[in-house]
Amino acid sequence: MTIANQPSDFERGDRLQPTGWMRYLSFSLDHKVIGIQYLICGFIFYLIGGTLASAIRIELTSPISDFMARDVYNQVLTLHGTIMIFLWIVPVVNGAFGNYLIPFYVGARDMAFPRLNAVAFWLIPPAGLMLISSYFITGAAESGWTAYPPLSINTPAAGQIIWILSVLLLGGSSIFGGINFIATILKLRRPGLKLMQLPMYCWAMLGTSILVVLSTPVLAGTLILLSFDIVAHTGFFNPVLGGNVVVYQHLFWFYSHPAVYIMVLPAFGLVSEILPVHSRKPLFGYTTMVYSIMAIVILGFVVWAHHMFTSGTPPWMRLFFTIATSFIAVPTGIKFFNWVATLWGGRISLNAAVLFSCGFIVNFVLGGITGVALAQVPFDVHVHDTYFVVAHFHYIVYGGSVFVIFSSIYHWYPKFTGRMLNEQLGRIHFFLTFIGFNLCFAPQHWLGLNGMPRRVAEYDPQFALINQISSVGALLMALSTIPFIWNTIQSAFNGQIAGDNPWEALTPEWLTSSPPPVENWRGQAPLVTAPYGYGARKKEEEDAESTDTNNQGN
Amino acid sequence: MTTLVPIEENSAIESNKEEEHGDYRMFGLAAFLVADGMTFAGFFAAYLTFKAVNPLFPDAIYELELPLPTLNTILLLVSSATFHKAGQAIRNNESKNCQRWLILTAFLGLAFLGSQMFEYFSLPFGLTDNLYASTFYALTGFHGLHVTLGTIMILIVWWQSRSPGGRITSQNHFPLEAAELYWHFVDGIWVILFIILYLL
Ligand code: HEM
Ligand SMILES: [Cu+2]
Repeated sequence: MTIANQPSDFERGDRLQPTGWMRYLSFSLDHKVIGIQYLICGFIFYLIGGTLASAIRIELTSPISDFMARDVYNQVLTLHGTIMIFLWIVPVVNGAFGNYLIPFYVGARDMAFPRLNAVAFWLIPPAGLMLISSYFITGAAESGWTAYPPLSINTPAAGQIIWILSVLLLGGSSIFGGINFIATILKLRRPGLKLMQLPMYCWAMLGTSILVVLSTPVLAGTLILLSFDIVAHTGFFNPVLGGNVVVYQHLFWFYSHPAVYIMVLPAFGLVSEILPVHSRKPLFGYTTMVYSIMAIVILGFVVWAHHMFTSGTPPWMRLFFTIATSFIAVPTGIKFFNWVATLWGGRISLNAAVLFSCGFIVNFVLGGITGVALAQVPFDVHVHDTYFVVAHFHYIVYGGSVFVIFSSIYHWYPKFTGRMLNEQLGRIHFFLTFIGFNLCFAPQHWLGLNGMPRRVAEYDPQFALINQISSVGALLMALSTIPFIWNTIQSAFNGQIAGDNPWEALTPEWLTSSPPPVENWRGQAPLVTAPYGYGARKKEEEDAESTDTNNQGN
Repeated sequence: MTTLVPIEENSAIESNKEEEHGDYRMFGLAAFLVADGMTFAGFFAAYLTFKAVNPLFPDAIYELELPLPTLNTILLLVSSATFHKAGQAIRNNESKNCQRWLILTAFLGLAFLGSQMFEYFSLPFGLTDNLYASTFYALTGFHGLHVTLGTIMILIVWWQSRSPGGRITSQNHFPLEAAELYWHFVDGIWVILFIILYLL
């Protein structure tokens, strides 16, 4: 923006771009604009997905299906899951923060393929609109986000086909993004910057992008076969025609287990950026963090059948997948202890960003513990397809990834806009979310253990009270977004001016103006070899500084 | 409200980036082909699993004839070699030669597609007859789609490497190299497909 007065240079006319808010609606090639496009677009879909979630919770306050007809419930449930995963969490933890931050972190002026980058983003809105409009035009898909056949073959075809097309577009977007991140991180690094000096989010995105590039195409192929079953009446997955439904499950989870890491690994990376800054300490165990990310990537490919313990998998397969899944707890545990050790003894400013990150740590541990429990066959056969699983994955995808998205918005908002968010509203947002979330999902463990199945609009009346408690939690979560939305809009115009580096952070995105100029730095990109070098300065300096950063925190 | 603003003029890094850009595109394409290869890997895995756990009724079993697919394999392997020749020619600045090799490659690609079509029409089973038939058509069809796209790319590259006037020269031959890598990839997939589908 300050750049607007620079002398013009029309030799590079092909890279002219609009400025002002209109550029967010344009086919901009600027990685920062694309990052914000992903973020805002994702958040709009989050609001839609959240509205659907509220509808689900309203329906479940009573044991009979009174608020919605049963088939409407199924459509709402399917749309909710698909939107939250493919249009909110995946695009935001990867596309939004990845595009905004990765070029800074590698010392580049943009991504490796800016045009591909813009294409990847612009695939998302049409795919999302298609998916949502199917509800009004033909009726949406009814078979859940997993689209298991034979259900997906027997339910109305139009909605299911639109669902498949939309997921294929989103998968394509995700693959293009992944290729771009790999090329940017490996090839576009500023001369002199070594891989082991990169901020942790780069490693997380490298690992995630490998998962994306290797697993998403398998989902695409599988969905193409499924669409043949639906429109051409082939029998790949249709038992009536001699097909095999379990093959679909294998192929689907070969993508979708890695997909859970596509949702959570970038969140790991973001937390690893946020905690050191606000506790004024280096990230604990950098090297072990890198190796555990890579271990998770490799192990993530060999655990998929833990979703299929009740699908007639043979005993040797169950044994293998139980063991492999349990092993994932090791690198995950290492990361957990590293975050705690980063906080330990630090000068922590308990601002909204840190609160959400700490909320993430707490929720993620709970979700991890239930995950390891679910990996044990004797336990899983009892609670598979019950609310216990629903509780497990919401602790990870909401309590984990979504908490981190909020934490990241509080942390990087000053970078995006040059203004601070209101701290008071931020804390109200955090406490409402944290209490609402736990109130909503903790009781669902009990529901699942006592046998309440998932994905149904009606249930045994004995579960009514606990479901009502859960719905109250959901109400709190819905309310919690109001202070957040108000805060982000209001602060964009009236927020306190942030200055270039309000957190005194050392990672490269803070070593330029806020918001940054179009090509990130006025002159040469800085060479940042110690992104976590906190505490390296003299003690008096740190003391003097911590008094002014802390008056925000306490 | 929408004003056009030029992007800041840049330092050494920027010019660096511009110079090396060709390399990144090749890298990006290679990554894309890995992804594409995973789609095939998924199909192969599905096919092999079907074969292992969903045996067909005896009357549905049909032994595929080998001569035609063997001919197809030879066509594609030779076309990989001719494409390679075209690449060498353009690097040596012999655009006439390059075009000759390219048109030969395109012809081999078309011959492959023709003979594949012929095979489709002479087979005694259709897409929906049984699981095996469906998988056969899905796999060969998906590969055939790749060959079709590849042939179109070859024809475009052929037109662009005309001299004078074409965009592809000994200095600037990324599109040709990209199409070549893609073509080798498609041929490689065919070899695996041939082994799995016809020989196993
Ligand atoms: C400590 C690591 C984890 C372990 C051991 C684990 C284990 C499991 C197991 C065994 C199931 C299957 C339960 C069943 O259907 O009966 C499951 C379901 C699920 N997990 Fe995890 N998990 C872990 C982490 C995660 C992460 C990081 C995410 C997402 C970010 C996640 C998301 C999900 C989802 C979405 C489902 C349900 C899928 C469905 O049926 O719709 N999990 N998990
Ligand atoms: Cu899993």
